[in-house]
Parts: sequence; C-alpha cells; structure tokens
Amino acid sequence: MSLPDELSAARPGRPRSPLALFAGWLERHAQTLVASLGRLARAPFATILTLGVIGLGLALPACLHLVVVNARTVTAGLEDTVQLSVYLRQPLGAEQARKVERSIAARNDVFETTLVTPEEGLRELEARSGFGDALKALTDNPLPYAITVRPAPPFDTPAAVETLTAELRTLPEVDLVQVDTEWVRRLHAILDALRQVVTIAAALLALGVVVIVGNTIRLDINVRREEIEVVKLVGGSNAFVRRPFLYSGAWYGLGGGLLAWLLVTAVVGLLAPAFERVAALYASGFRLTGLDSEASGLLILGGAVLGWLGSWITAAYHLQRIEPRA
Amino acid sequence: MISFQRVFKRYPNGREALAEVSFELGTGEMAFLTGHSGAGKSTVLKLIALLERPTRGQVRVNGINTSTLGSRGIPAFRRQVGVVFQDHKLLADRPVFDNVALPLAIAGTPRREMDKRVRAALDQVGLLGKETSFPLELSAGEQQRVGIARAVVSKPPVLIADEPTGNLDPNLALEVMNLFRRFQEVGVTVLVATHDVHLIDRFRVRRLHIEQGQLAGIPPHVAA
Repeated sequence: MSLPDELSAARPGRPRSPLALFAGWLERHAQTLVASLGRLARAPFATILTLGVIGLGLALPACLHLVVVNARTVTAGLEDTVQLSVYLRQPLGAEQARKVERSIAARNDVFETTLVTPEEGLRELEARSGFGDALKALTDNPLPYAITVRPAPPFDTPAAVETLTAELRTLPEVDLVQVDTEWVRRLHAILDALRQVVTIAAALLALGVVVIVGNTIRLDINVRREEIEVVKLVGGSNAFVRRPFLYSGAWYGLGGGLLAWLLVTAVVGLLAPAFERVAALYASGFRLTGLDSEASGLLILGGAVLGWLGSWITAAYHLQRIEPRA
Repeated sequence: MISFQRVFKRYPNGREALAEVSFELGTGEMAFLTGHSGAGKSTVLKLIALLERPTRGQVRVNGINTSTLGSRGIPAFRRQVGVVFQDHKLLADRPVFDNVALPLAIAGTPRREMDKRVRAALDQVGLLGKETSFPLELSAGEQQRVGIARAVVSKPPVLIADEPTGNLDPNLALEVMNLFRRFQEVGVTVLVATHDVHLIDRFRVRRLHIEQGQLAGIPPHVAA
C-alpha cells in the first residue's frame, strides 16, 4: 500500500494565483467571522449580559447628545430675534428721542430700530400684562421713550451684542439697556458646556466599552487556554490565534451599539408624545428629534470599532504569554 | 534533516535532561528513539518541535538552526514538523474533521483541498467516516490515530512521534508504524520515541538509545 497523492510530500500542490490566495483569505475570515458569532450564541446569557453593559454604556452619551440637539432646535428660532430695549432718560422730548433713534439706526451693527413712545408703551403694557385696570388708575404716564434695537445679522452673536449694549449705555440720553434675549444666551452657554460634558462622557464610556470587551475577551482566552496551546503547537501564529477573539470583540461592540441604538430610539419614542403636548401648548411646531443616520452609524460602527480595539489590546497582551507546554 | 550537536539541556528547575547529545538524521531517514522514561526522550522531541530550546549546543531541523529562530519564526517552523503527542492534544469541542484540518486551516488551504486531504489522512489511520465524531466519543486508540492524522495532513518534511502506539493494540500499532514507514519512503524524516519491544524488533530501522541524558549503545532487548 502506498501513500495517496493527497499526503505525499513529494508532490507539492500547484502554486496558487494571487486571486485564489485572496479568495482563500476572504473565505477564512468569513469562516472565523461566522464561527465567532456561533460561539457567542452558544453562551447566550453571558453574551446578553455583556451586550447589555456595552449597550447601556453607549446609550448614555447618545441620549445626552440628543438632549443637546433638541435644546438647540428649540432655541434655534429665538436666536434670530436678538433684541435690545433702550430706555431713554426722563424728561426727554419727542424730537430728542427721534434724534437718538436715528443715531442708533445709523450704526452699521444695527439692522432696525423702532421708537416706542410712552403712550404706545403703556398701551402695550395694558394689553399684555393683565394689569390693565391698575394702570388705568395712573394719572401720569410713568414710562420713558424706548427704542427697540435689532442688531444686524453678523452682529447678533453674544459677544457683538455685548459690545453694542456697552456702547449704547455710554450715550448720555440712555438710561437703561436691556437685552431681551439674555436667557437665550445663558441657555446657549449652558448647552455649550453640556456639549463638552457629552464629549467627555462619550470618551469615558468609549473607554469603558474597550475595558469591558477587553475583560470579557480575557476571560474567554483563559477558558480556551488549552485550545490556544494546541493551535500554537501545530504552528498557529499569534495572528491566527488572535483572529477569532478580534471578531468576538467586534461582534460584542456591534451588538452593543445596536442595542444602544434601540434603547435611544425607544426612549425618544416614549418621550415624543409628552414633548408634543408641551409644544402644542406653546403653539410651537417642535418635535423631539431622534438619532439621524450619521449619529446612528457612528453609534453602531463606533461600537464595533471599540469592541475590536478592546479585544485587540487584550489578545495582543495575553496570547503572546500563552506558550504550549508539551 | 535533524541534527543535534553537543546538545545540553537543563530545565529551569535545575534538572539536567540531556548531556552532550549529538546525532544526525538524514532526509527520508527513520529512527526509533528508545530509553527508560525520564531518560531524555521527550526532551529530544521537544527540542525538535521547538517547545524547548537547548541550554547549550545546536539543534538544526530542516536546515534551520533553532537557536537563531526568533519567536516570530516559530509558527512557520512548527508547520514543517508534524508532531504526534503522547496525550493526543486534541480539541475536545471540535469534531474529528476540524481537529485534523487544523494545520491546513492555519496554512490557509482552500476548502476543497482541505476536504480531500483530511479524508486521505483519516483513511490512512482507518478513521474514515468518523469526521463528525468528537474526540471524547472515541477510544484512546482512535484519539491517538486522530492525532497522527493531524500530524501528517499538512505533509511536513519532518515527523516526530512520542509513544504513538502506546494506546493501540498490536495490530493497530503495526498499521501505524507501517504508515510512518510509508511517509519515510516518500522522503519524510521520521523519529519515533517508543519502548514497544515488538515494534523495535519488527522494524529494522536505526535506533537512538538514550540513557541518563546521553546516547548509549544499543542494549539487549530485555532492557529496552
């Protein structure tokens, strides 16, 4: 009985073309990809726990991100109507008041001015404040001339409005300058701070995902120690041994990212009706915004990349230290 | 193909396993490695498979000086050496097919060729049809033969075996030795550590006898 060709070293196989080599490489990776998924599916409880931790970790910054995005949407309309109320000193004649108005309107950082006479001011106050009857009891009109100033578009940033306010205050006829939209600026400052919080929280939680996946993979490596030794015994390189763990890590991250996306979408779905009711009461067309496609992609793919990174770091560290003992 | 030059091996625990061992095994040569347990047989095999490195001296396998090989070169080196382990070293959670195919998977063999070669190897050890069984469903002898199939499936130029017939009945042991013989005939260098007197008697191949870490003269059969 002689040896079959399949096992005879004297007959080496034909050299393979680059395309065939690439196809083989692709096939091997696809196999490992599926095999590592199967391995996760065989331990569903542990896998679900890990995915849950990663999902929650990723959902948190995504939710904070939506808080900022939606708060910006709410205040976006307000930003256009930055408006200053300039109250003039008393007593001041109508002619003088008009002169001050013209000088303010001539500034290149001012888009529009409106002169509000004491009478107009009083009427408006009566109409809007609900103190109509009480105000009618007044014999004299206590209100001064007022000028409503709208800054020109390039000068409606908080810093430019600040400058405008300061300069108007120095005019001798001016008693008081009030920025009607002061609260918008404060809100924007808060949102800016919050956005930084989101960035830092996202970075920390991303690190958390790397650590979680890394630790899970470390346990997995310990469980499969014997298998790793055998693979190395028959000539498996570190890269070969590492590959299934990298895919496991990427699956964890991808699954966690998907879970986070589902969580955030569910939260938005739950809160949307309540926000719509509030918006309706304010006669606003505001709708709660969910994750757009860009943010969704970042969340899910980012999760996969983080998982891959976590497993890579762990695998690189631990697999090198496992050497077969025969 | 395999050459030991004044090889001295001391383990980290201080045990001196080999003292000045020198021998040479040419391409396509087959030899038995005999000696009492603890005499240093396993150490010789470990040095060839690069599971250990010599403390002093030189081990050359397939033209490669193992002392100069860095850790990155070890996997490729090990693929050139088929090893049959005494304790089989099979993956318990993988079927027989996957176990035998492992060296081919590592080498990136295409699926079709892998199928053919795994079947050919299983056929040679008389286990065709057991592809989907798991190692623990097999007898010790069958597990041993799965290990042999895995060692030969990638057609390595060097084949070493540590007590490969220890768990086999005499007929199977003979079969396995005949298989090694056939590999030798197609140019594979084969070194088999054994203390199976019947086999040593039956196969008139070169004998390397180790006693207390040194190559010794061939003792009479009763001592083997």
